[in-house]
Amino acid sequence: MFDIDLWREIFQSINKNRTRSLLSGFTVAFAILLFTILFGIANGLKNTFAEAFVDDANNSIFIRSGRTTKAHKGLQAGRRIQFKNEDFNYIKDDFGNKVEFITARIYRNAQASFRNEQNNYSLRAVHPDHQFLEKTKIKEGRYINQNDLQNRTKIVVIGRLVEEDLFLKTTALGKYINLNGIQYKVVGIFTDDGGDNEERLIYIPITTAQHIYGNNDYIDQINLTYNPEMDYNQAIAFSSLLTRKLKDRFSVARSDQRAVRVRNMAEGTKQVDAMTGGLTVIILVIGFGTLIAGIVGISNIMIFIVKERTKEIGIRKALGASPRSIVSIILIESILITAIAGYVGLIIGVGVLELVGPSLEEYFIKNPGVNNSLVIGATITLIVAGAIAGYLPAKKASRIKPIVALRND
Amino acid sequence: MLKISQLHKSYPIGDSSLHVLKGIDLSVEDGEMVAIMGSSGSGKSTLLNIIGMLDEADEGEYILDGLPIKDLTEKKAAVYRNKFLGFIFQSFNLINYKTALENVALPLYYQGMKRKQRQELAMFHLEKVGLAGWAQHLPKELSGGQNQRVAIARALAANPKLLLADEPTGALDTKTSYEIMEFIQQLNDEGKTILMVTHEEDIANMCKRIVRLRDGVIMEDKKVKQVRAEQYV
Repeated sequence: MFDIDLWREIFQSINKNRTRSLLSGFTVAFAILLFTILFGIANGLKNTFAEAFVDDANNSIFIRSGRTTKAHKGLQAGRRIQFKNEDFNYIKDDFGNKVEFITARIYRNAQASFRNEQNNYSLRAVHPDHQFLEKTKIKEGRYINQNDLQNRTKIVVIGRLVEEDLFLKTTALGKYINLNGIQYKVVGIFTDDGGDNEERLIYIPITTAQHIYGNNDYIDQINLTYNPEMDYNQAIAFSSLLTRKLKDRFSVARSDQRAVRVRNMAEGTKQVDAMTGGLTVIILVIGFGTLIAGIVGISNIMIFIVKERTKEIGIRKALGASPRSIVSIILIESILITAIAGYVGLIIGVGVLELVGPSLEEYFIKNPGVNNSLVIGATITLIVAGAIAGYLPAKKASRIKPIVALRND
Repeated sequence: MLKISQLHKSYPIGDSSLHVLKGIDLSVEDGEMVAIMGSSGSGKSTLLNIIGMLDEADEGEYILDGLPIKDLTEKKAAVYRNKFLGFIFQSFNLINYKTALENVALPLYYQGMKRKQRQELAMFHLEKVGLAGWAQHLPKELSGGQNQRVAIARALAANPKLLLADEPTGALDTKTSYEIMEFIQQLNDEGKTILMVTHEEDIANMCKRIVRLRDGVIMEDKKVKQVRAEQYV
């Protein structure tokens, strides 16, 4: 039952013993503050590592071509290997069940203009799957689709910064942009976490590009993601197989490192995972360390508070307070102080992280922040610890004979 | 009102134990005003504490208002203390962060009385001890005599059957002591049973009966002619 008088007693006791309340609150607030900040910074470090690989899907495989460096099967070294649509289709057909998304890429540069604004941009001609491979986020409109491929439509999807540069304050969606003298309709605007360069790109359908730039079926690069259900070893085996098959297909020596290059992100991912795993351990150690320091602090204070209040407890008992009411008044007071102080520590900690977070980026700490449920969990741990630490002496004090408590010392 | 027979109490001191009360027999009727006297170490305070259920006897019988007081749980003792007894201490024992009014209202809080009601009642008792104007003052802002009057008001608030006073004038000068005694006498006149421990003859003579303790036994138990305190004030 909610006992308003009990709460009144508690608030009065907190209010009238401000130094004591502030001191114990300070300990808790400080522990939670430290916990939040240390945790946030450690998280920031972790983010920096994750960041390096966030731009692309981390189960990506990139396939590029170059010139042969070795003579093979009667063919000379220095021969240029050129991927075509049939190679793209070969991978898609033969490895379909191991591939999640696949796209080809053609790189071009374009002089783009809209009304009086003009600038140079990189152009990427891609398949619809490219959106998922690059983790492109559509802000407005749509991405390239299958229909565009079939009809070789003259449409583009432009980066957020392209829109900003050329269309100034107006929206680009539905307007026509001029690329090297040809008009394309803007059907989508995208954003990308990979940085400004990634947002200064223009995507066009690959068939359109092949038709306009040279009327051939050449492609520069093939990107794909492997089926995420594959584990690390299977992924490595898959990319090795792919490399072998492609080298055979182009009559390239298997030892030739330049002609067909397959790069599997899984190799890097494993190292990053190990690194973040190590960081997680450090974070946990830091977290538990701070928490234990906080628990010891609050326990000390609770023991001290009960000792300090022994006489008051004696008076209350002489006036008819039951042991239970003594325990609850001390416990609820301590829980209340711990909870409020913990919350204050949390708010200050999060505030500090928000405030100094951006300036820490040069120290490899990006977006330092904490999981709210984690900090609330830490606060609850402290509250429970404070309650246990307070309960034992409070229980003892409530059993004390009033005459002992009242004795003048 | 209360009946005590063959009460024993000893305190452990190191390996041995100190036998403080060695078989006390005492009975007090309603409306009496008894002074328990004795030199320090005679066991007078111990006796009062046992009567006040602040301490427990080792042996013997204690019946308060028809209720045997023995093997009480803490909870039960708390209820009895609240219902039957009012305490006045030498060092007042007010809660220092509570105002006079709040201190007086505290026993009523433990009776479960509603806030408004207990504040009114507390105010009534403060008026009775002449401190209505000081209701919102903290103990540190009051003089010793005023504090003791607040303590008396607190002891009275729960309307106890028995008022226990442990050297109620011990921390006060003579003039204030007599004022307090005058007040306690008035309470007795109104019918309250009062038991007080003192080592001052003049204070003891203001009671109606003096019980003298020495080395844990009652040496003398006699009725005296009450000296009225108001003639000194």
